[in-house]
Amino acid sequence: MTTQKPLQTAKRPVNLDLSTIKQPLPALVSISHRITGVMLFVGLVFALWAFDASLSSERGFEAVRDALAHNFFAKLVAWGLLSALSLHFVAGIRHMAMDLHFADDREGGIRTSKIVIIASAVLILLAGVWVW
Amino acid sequence: MVTNVTNLGRSGLSDWLVQRASAVILALYTVFIVGYLLLHPQLDYLTWSGLFERTSMRVFTLLALLSIAAHAWIGLWTVVTDYIKWTNLRLALQAFVILALFVFVVWSVQVLWGA
Repeated sequence: MTTQKPLQTAKRPVNLDLSTIKQPLPALVSISHRITGVMLFVGLVFALWAFDASLSSERGFEAVRDALAHNFFAKLVAWGLLSALSLHFVAGIRHMAMDLHFADDREGGIRTSKIVIIASAVLILLAGVWVW
Repeated sequence: MVTNVTNLGRSGLSDWLVQRASAVILALYTVFIVGYLLLHPQLDYLTWSGLFERTSMRVFTLLALLSIAAHAWIGLWTVVTDYIKWTNLRLALQAFVILALFVFVVWSVQVLWGA
């Protein structure tokens, strides 16, 4: 068993400043997964408002329907949330596939990162077509 | 072993498992709702409210709501512990997230059971 040296005394460079490190593709997918997760948390209030209104009464339902059909801001929020959900969903599936040791080596990680980016881009486009 | 006092399950393994289980539930719920809305382009109020009057749909929705609360808490806990180094601010943000998720659950249960 080797004893672990503290990072400072080990003779190797240590740089934990993320902004100065070139991020490989899997790192970009990882940070996007986190950012979209935070976006979805913030978006909960809009989704729940629409859910509440749509079930409150016939008028409430029509108000939500009308907003999603004609209101630019409502469409933008809906598309934004569906886009965040698309990436978070696909990246989450990649995460769980890696838990099952599917493509969990370096090459596999890069390959599945590309798949995540392409698949979520397609879903974001389709969501845009649906909303607008 | 470092024992954390602010994460959901007090253990990384427990959080890991809850995060996956809630992810699977949320993925299924998402596919169901998006599929339902795509299959009903001319959806009206009676059909929509009828869907959420079914006990099965209420149970499925409640399961999804509680999954959102657990999943968001574990996810945001991870994010704030990684990036917010100042303890007071981190605890304040964690308190805000817990309060927001609590309001979210109470509000959505009220909507679901038509209070």
